[in-house]
Amino acid sequence: MQGIVRNGVRIDDSFAEAFPMAATGVIVTAPTRKWANQAAQVATGYATSVIGCDCEAGVDCELSEDQTPDGRPGVRLLFFAFSAKGAEKALVNRVGQTILTCPGTALFSAFDGDLKIKIGDSMRQFGDKWQTSKAIDGRRFWRVPVMDGEFFVESQVGVLKKTVGGGNLLIMGADWESTMRATEAGVAAIHAVPDAIMPFPGGIVRSGSKVGSQYKGMSASTNDAYCPTLKGVTKTALEDDIGCTLEIVIDGLSDEAVRAAMRAGLKAIIDMGPETGAKRVGAGNYGGKLGPFHYHLKDLLP
Amino acid sequence: MKPFTFTLRQEPSQRVDLSALTPDRLAGKSVAEIERIEIGTTRASIKAGDVFSIAEGDLKNVRYEGGSTRFDLVGARLLPGFSIHVEGDVGAQLGRQAKSGRITVSGSAGVYAASGNEGAHIEIGGDVGDLLAAPLAGELAGMSGGRVVVRGKAGARAGDRLRRGILIIEGDAGDDLGCRFIAGTIIALGKTSGRVGYLNKRGSIVLAARPDLPPTYVDCGPQNLTFAKVFARALEADSAGAAAVLSGRLQRFGGDTSVYGKGEILTPA
Repeated sequence: MQGIVRNGVRIDDSFAEAFPMAATGVIVTAPTRKWANQAAQVATGYATSVIGCDCEAGVDCELSEDQTPDGRPGVRLLFFAFSAKGAEKALVNRVGQTILTCPGTALFSAFDGDLKIKIGDSMRQFGDKWQTSKAIDGRRFWRVPVMDGEFFVESQVGVLKKTVGGGNLLIMGADWESTMRATEAGVAAIHAVPDAIMPFPGGIVRSGSKVGSQYKGMSASTNDAYCPTLKGVTKTALEDDIGCTLEIVIDGLSDEAVRAAMRAGLKAIIDMGPETGAKRVGAGNYGGKLGPFHYHLKDLLP
Repeated sequence: MKPFTFTLRQEPSQRVDLSALTPDRLAGKSVAEIERIEIGTTRASIKAGDVFSIAEGDLKNVRYEGGSTRFDLVGARLLPGFSIHVEGDVGAQLGRQAKSGRITVSGSAGVYAASGNEGAHIEIGGDVGDLLAAPLAGELAGMSGGRVVVRGKAGARAGDRLRRGILIIEGDAGDDLGCRFIAGTIIALGKTSGRVGYLNKRGSIVLAARPDLPPTYVDCGPQNLTFAKVFARALEADSAGAAAVLSGRLQRFGGDTSVYGKGEILTPA
């Protein structure tokens, strides 16, 4: 593939293809950083791809004591789903299972959004009529008595209807170690970009997929063109010097957020150079048939 | 732009009803028309022009230069986006059923201040009379929203039948603070007396000084309540004292158990 070279890293003349999603955001706080992070971890667990689970979720950022509504350590979590209804279902289930149950937590809406979904209004009945509501500055909350005190939860949280899911980078290197080094640098850079999350484990996917399968009933299967172990036996997209491919998938609250995230990731990967990091960067698409958002790598280069 | 100003010429000879002089009701009227507005409450006629000299200005902000304890219903049914400031005292029913907006009084206010307030931010520099934020006779609920800050003392039965909103009393409160409380939040920094929280259904009363509580309140122990921390931050600008009390650890007394028992009295632990 004829491409562009930056700092010795080959950049494919390709684009990442993304599709519209609905997103909701919450701020979860706890008495200590440990328990805020614990809540974040369980709330966003098993939320990698909407194809296989109820939503795509991740930590947008950690918040310090002066950035949260109640002056405790917190995290800002984003949840993406195919529809506002799907986001509501996923969030209510997840908050009920993981935030209500997690010691010390409180939950606040992260943004107003286009419409509201009921979260505290769904959780309140756990209080078995001992719950009380509090309104402050136009926002309404529920105080639900629980065994370590009270679960304080905002009655409704905002949903944004037009957000972006599926921005991505394919990072290719000589071996697992060097590819991972470059990919982790990319993930770290993207973490600093607001309003964007990477829902997969540690921000990284190893099982990039193609549409369809040789088996009946499988809608997606391994992206064999990028599997180094099939180099040569299948129609490969990899050169001789590539021994490993990893992918970063990005969901963002806006087109600009995904663009900024991909730009930051690309820069970090390119800055590392091909000797210790990645030799080539590409992007995943389905020929433009999947979604309306196209992020051309050549437009995002540092 | 300068505020629309009413300057007191002389103390009115009778109580006056100033509910007609809120900004939204003055819109589109000339000074001459405003001067002819009848504000008397007895058979002897008294007009706005008799009491005030009027200087035109931005109608979003109305200012009274000079107050009187005979000024009733200042800022009644005030609408969002408007503000009223009184340099001096006011009489009964300040901000009665105000929808929203902001009312400040540098002096003291009479009885039934913030009665039936629905959402206005009301600040009183001095003291208030009895029945702050209370319903008038025959009404089922008192204040149903907004925020009231009293820098001085409050009279008896402050927060009677309060249904929603926040009441901050920085000075002492009279007898029966928060009686028949339905819901909402009352914060008192000074002394309290009488039956505090009598028949409180599900409201929160925060007291800087713990009085002898009625036997129908039950000690629930010291707590770190998240809601109090959120309130502390939100109230910081209005009352540093209230914010300080809310930021600390609070002893919770559940009650009034003679009714639902879902209310509470919180005092520093």
